[in-house]
Amino acid sequence: MTESTHAVEPFRFYTRLHLTELLGIKASSLAELIRCMKSVPGSSIYHHTHRFLQQHQYLSPEPPNDFAYWATEALGEEALGEHLASVNTVQFGDIRSLRESLCGTMERYAGEHPRALNKTADPGEEFFFMKSVSFILPTRHEARTLEEFAGILQEITADSLYYHMFESRLRLEKQTNDFSTWFSGSLGDAALAADVERLDPYTHTMEGLRRSLLRLIRSRIPRR
Amino acid sequence: MQLDDYIPIVGRSVIEDLRLLSERLSGRRIQHINSTAVGGGVAEILNRMVPLCNELGVDSRWDVITGGERFFGVTKKFHNALHGKPESLTREDFEVFVENGRLNAERTATDADIVFIHDPQPVTLIEKKSGNKWIWRCHVDVSDPLQEVWRFLADYVVRYDAAVFSAPGFSRELPMRQALISPSIDPLSDKNRDIGPDIVDAVMNKYGIPRDKPIVTQISRFDRLKDPVGVLEAYRIAKKNVDCRLVLAGGTASDDPEGAEVYQEVLEKAAGDPDVHILLMSQNDIEINALQRASDVIVQKSLKEGFGLTVTEALWKAKPVLASAVGGIPLQIRHKYSGMLCHSVDGAAFSLKQLLNSPEFAKKLGENGREHVRNNFLLTRHLRDYLLLFLSMNITGDVVYL
Repeated sequence: MTESTHAVEPFRFYTRLHLTELLGIKASSLAELIRCMKSVPGSSIYHHTHRFLQQHQYLSPEPPNDFAYWATEALGEEALGEHLASVNTVQFGDIRSLRESLCGTMERYAGEHPRALNKTADPGEEFFFMKSVSFILPTRHEARTLEEFAGILQEITADSLYYHMFESRLRLEKQTNDFSTWFSGSLGDAALAADVERLDPYTHTMEGLRRSLLRLIRSRIPRR
Repeated sequence: MQLDDYIPIVGRSVIEDLRLLSERLSGRRIQHINSTAVGGGVAEILNRMVPLCNELGVDSRWDVITGGERFFGVTKKFHNALHGKPESLTREDFEVFVENGRLNAERTATDADIVFIHDPQPVTLIEKKSGNKWIWRCHVDVSDPLQEVWRFLADYVVRYDAAVFSAPGFSRELPMRQALISPSIDPLSDKNRDIGPDIVDAVMNKYGIPRDKPIVTQISRFDRLKDPVGVLEAYRIAKKNVDCRLVLAGGTASDDPEGAEVYQEVLEKAAGDPDVHILLMSQNDIEINALQRASDVIVQKSLKEGFGLTVTEALWKAKPVLASAVGGIPLQIRHKYSGMLCHSVDGAAFSLKQLLNSPEFAKKLGENGREHVRNNFLLTRHLRDYLLLFLSMNITGDVVYL
């Protein structure tokens, strides 16, 4: 590819802003948590598996989902917390299968450690269910070449980056991230698309993810 | 202060997002109503929020209800009761509350597209609802309220279109949508902006606080729920091993008649210790800023807390913070990562000693805390959440394309 390669279709950057809603539902024990997880809306499972990504844009020692954090901190079940933190979110193409995996992990653990079902969180430490309402809107940024794309990627908010890398793939069930779709479909660069697809965005901070993307993209831009 | 002034702190794109959102609200009128124009976090936020909304083209105004000593005496009892503190309320108390609401309803126009009521004091204005959207914003910790008061208020609350809480634990089973929106601080306000060491020195000199040993500070209204006596006890335990000074500084809000009494009580308990400095201050944001910056550790040992904006302020100044794990404080502090959480006087004393004896650890906590605040608890995020909330009043579904 040369630096003058223009995309068939320009890439329009969107951003996604979210409002957190409280469901008024809480769980005090592992059994209650499993029961509630099976009935709350998918937007609640999505919220609790993605909240940390948005709130902690810088390096944080916390596990990547609220369920893991709660099992460890409120129930004192560190092993369960580790199992839940290790659920590989990037492998799921929809919320339904992610929910099944999380519930399955908890049920297997409860089967092997029945005493865990008897533990309850202290008052105030219960698991409070929430959900995310997403508002998606176009930004003024549009890229026609990789150079333009890299320049804009440096500037956009973490919310915009988040939308194209996480929300679009899992919540909107597009199966892959928007950037890879554009690189292969409009720029004809399947190799770059595959490189970006291979990144596990869940193990990066948002700023770390931005840096990784920029590194991959710049490596494909010929030097002048 | 203009929105563009925030770009160096939060980035240009964050401000662009606010402008994009506000375009979708063009033509809608918003009216905030609360019970005090000065003192306390609500007034502080509205003071900054309303002008910025207007700059964005979202027509916003702010009204304050009135009430006499009797009314605010009752609302203080309500406040304590919502925090779970036993209060004896008479039928007359409830009548005073309702009658004051009726008088305010008579003199307050509520014809905006969205009426945004803050806290319980003006809650009865919902009687005037007529086709427009009403939101009730609860700033207090209602996780374990006295049922008598909560049931009384809930009769009004359920008639709102939405409720907003500051922490997940405050949500309850209610028939309307409930949003989680944390309060915020303004990084450019006098209370939070960068100030020079000369100002800090001048304030410390003014209050006669020598800087010869580490300074531990709690800045809060003199209110039992802020537990100033508990702070004093924790300080006394810690001081047996680590020499330090304690500063308890704060004022009283115009809607809090109990403040003077608590102040006297703290003075009596601290008598005879020259290293304890108790400052009853009038509203002076630069001085609060200076006191926080001069401190080595900031404490917020509240028994109950809506959110704890003093914690946010201290974290923004990269100070190590020791605070109770109540209300919205755990949203701000992850124990041993962005501060220290405590559950008792002994726990507070132990953590205080750790922080004073391990300044490198304390410094790291402060740095992490500042970044956490930058991402989550600045005014621009709060403004964005309110704009989204206003937009959500006319939509359904969990994914909305604007």
